[in-house]
Amino acid sequence: MDLNLLWFVLLGALLAGYAVLDGFDLGVGILHLTARTDTERRLRINSIGPLWDGNEVWLITFGGAMFAAFPAAYATVFSGFYTAFMLLLLALIFRAVSIEFRSKRDAPSWRRLWDGSFSGASLLATFLFGCAAGNVQIGIPVDAAGVFTGSFLSLLRPYPVLAGVLAVAVALTHGALYLNLKMEGEPQLRVRRWIWRGYGLSLACLLAAALALQAARPQAARNFAGRPWAWAVVALLALALANIPRAVRRSRPLVAFLCSSAAIAALVFLFAFSLFPNLVISSISPEYNLTMVNAASSPKTLGIMAVIALVGMPLVIAYTAVVYWVFRGKTRLTEHSY
Amino acid sequence: MDVVLLSRLQFALTIMFHYLFPPLTIGLGVFLVYLQARYLRTGDPQYNAATRFWVRIFALNFAVGTASGIVMEFQFGTNWAAYSRYVGDVFGAPLAAEGIVAFFLESVFLALLLFGWDRVSPRVHFFSTVMVALGSILSALWIVVALSWQQTPAGFVLREVETPAGTAWRAEVTDFWSVVFNPSALDRLVHVLLGALVLAAFFVMSVSAAYLIRGVHTAFARKCFLPALVLGAAASLAVTVSGHSQGQIVARYQPAKLAALEGVFETKDTGTPMMIFGIPDAGAKTVRYRVSIPGLLSLLAYGDASRPVAGLDQFEPDVPPVALSFLSFRIMVGLGVYFIALTLYGLWCWHRGTLFGKRWLLRVFVVSVVGPFAANHLGWVAAEVGRQPWIVYNLLRTGDGVSGGLAASQVLGSIVMFGLVYALLFALWLYLLLEKIRKGPEPVR
Repeated sequence: MDLNLLWFVLLGALLAGYAVLDGFDLGVGILHLTARTDTERRLRINSIGPLWDGNEVWLITFGGAMFAAFPAAYATVFSGFYTAFMLLLLALIFRAVSIEFRSKRDAPSWRRLWDGSFSGASLLATFLFGCAAGNVQIGIPVDAAGVFTGSFLSLLRPYPVLAGVLAVAVALTHGALYLNLKMEGEPQLRVRRWIWRGYGLSLACLLAAALALQAARPQAARNFAGRPWAWAVVALLALALANIPRAVRRSRPLVAFLCSSAAIAALVFLFAFSLFPNLVISSISPEYNLTMVNAASSPKTLGIMAVIALVGMPLVIAYTAVVYWVFRGKTRLTEHSY
Repeated sequence: MDVVLLSRLQFALTIMFHYLFPPLTIGLGVFLVYLQARYLRTGDPQYNAATRFWVRIFALNFAVGTASGIVMEFQFGTNWAAYSRYVGDVFGAPLAAEGIVAFFLESVFLALLLFGWDRVSPRVHFFSTVMVALGSILSALWIVVALSWQQTPAGFVLREVETPAGTAWRAEVTDFWSVVFNPSALDRLVHVLLGALVLAAFFVMSVSAAYLIRGVHTAFARKCFLPALVLGAAASLAVTVSGHSQGQIVARYQPAKLAALEGVFETKDTGTPMMIFGIPDAGAKTVRYRVSIPGLLSLLAYGDASRPVAGLDQFEPDVPPVALSFLSFRIMVGLGVYFIALTLYGLWCWHRGTLFGKRWLLRVFVVSVVGPFAANHLGWVAAEVGRQPWIVYNLLRTGDGVSGGLAASQVLGSIVMFGLVYALLFALWLYLLLEKIRKGPEPVR
């Protein structure tokens, strides 16, 4: 059993889980100000209210798992992207407290304040995630000691910024598809418009990003050679994306949402596939790359962590599924709602 | 100001803000389980109203706690990258386990606790409350395991590994159970959990006493105050016992820290006194204005009043800041004594039937909630400052753990950001908390 490979895959799975689950929370946040009335805004927040916190734990677990399995990569990325991570923390903090604080007072000015905070924070966090992934994908200046030698501004180059916009577009669409599932009547109709806008924007960004990636780092596609099965994931992505408009028009909102989820998972797979076996690509020299081998913890630790993950995560998925099932159906406001 | 000092300041600031919330979450979680169990057993609607009231405070607290908690996990990577590379093989695993085993459990079941009242049966809802409480306790377990490993490292070996920059040393796990059950882990965990229970007890008593003084929600207040008082007394006594046990571990495994906590500058050849009070003067290597009991420290540390405790002179130059260690520790212990005295006196008055008539005593309970907040923090200050200059005791110095490539301006910028944001969040948390308390529980017919 190749523990390094196993952990590369598990990290990818955790990242995919986070992107699919918090992806719709962040998407709902990005779209928040498009809801017009207080009731509509409350409905939208309560559609994610019970679930967003558990969804965010996928990020925390991804971070913890990266620390445990590939500490050298965790250290390089987190310290290298210092300013970006601080902004991300700022965004995540405000996304969280906005949801909690918003309903605590009736004053419209108070609620508008937290609406803006919720939306802005969701937008910033999503953009930063995409930008970080884009930077990692094309390589960052990392020296022999694993220290990042660039600056925060140097991270805002064309491809990563485009990746950030793509992340926002995809999250927005995903969030709209989720709301399509949970809303009814007028609120659902308003959200439908944003499905089309987000979908169009996502496709445009995806195409642009694919071309830009080819230009910025031609080797990104080299793993396809000798691994033709990976094209199946590209096919899955294409099919899932193509099926979304069909499912929405046929009033199958769950199918549409699941297709969006599959598409996001496929995108994360392709992201990881373009890096493999690297975790951090050094633009200074390939000798300074952090790989799943040289950045990894000892086999003993990887083995222990594997046991914890392979016992713990199925349990997590099981009870998470139960809780999602309890909150199935259209969102209704009750005395317990936000 | 250099990156090391700024990063240490930032860690202190962010953890001290964060730690306002988890102990209350843990303690209130346990209290919620109690209240809901009583409701299911007795059907008394007062317990149901109590659960619904405290759960709203729990939710507010949980939100700010998790928001500030993410900062901590990320900070090992952002500011302490060298530390992360050095100990990640050992330290990373408990953190990941905390996510998989604890955070998911509490965050997912929180959904049912807060929003599932009308969607699941009372039994399933109670199960969810138990899961949330369990999740918060398990998260304490894993983080305390990790932090204790920094204090009393075990179950590892130092190995040279190949990196692109040449060879480097790092710690690697040899025995995971020794890592988890490192010498100080169990005692520290018990102590932290008891500290959380003391806080929750005092918190509930504070709010209930305020209602009793105002003469509102009196039935509710009595039903909450009394079990909280019993919990407070029991936990205050137990936390002192656990503290003593921890002290003996420190004496055995971290003698430099013991010397700093107790202000022992010079190693003598007779039994060492325990200083009840004093102001350490590190320059003059003495404790001024001291009030001490001869031989007591030796007795508590070793069970032998004539066996000398090693002084800081034996550990130069790797000595912790004495004044901060000594004073934070002493004030914490003093508060602990106060908690015991107050709760035992409260129990005595309850036994005599005079408790709820003594308005002055109720007022004391209202303000005393500040005590456990302070004590919980001071304990960690003593633990973390007392461990200096080590980030892993006797293994890695704090200054060597900081991230390379960081500019002081970056860290200063993030400190300012956290300072402003946390000041705002603290004000909002306090305001919303007081609003909830002012509004009170739903009336019970």
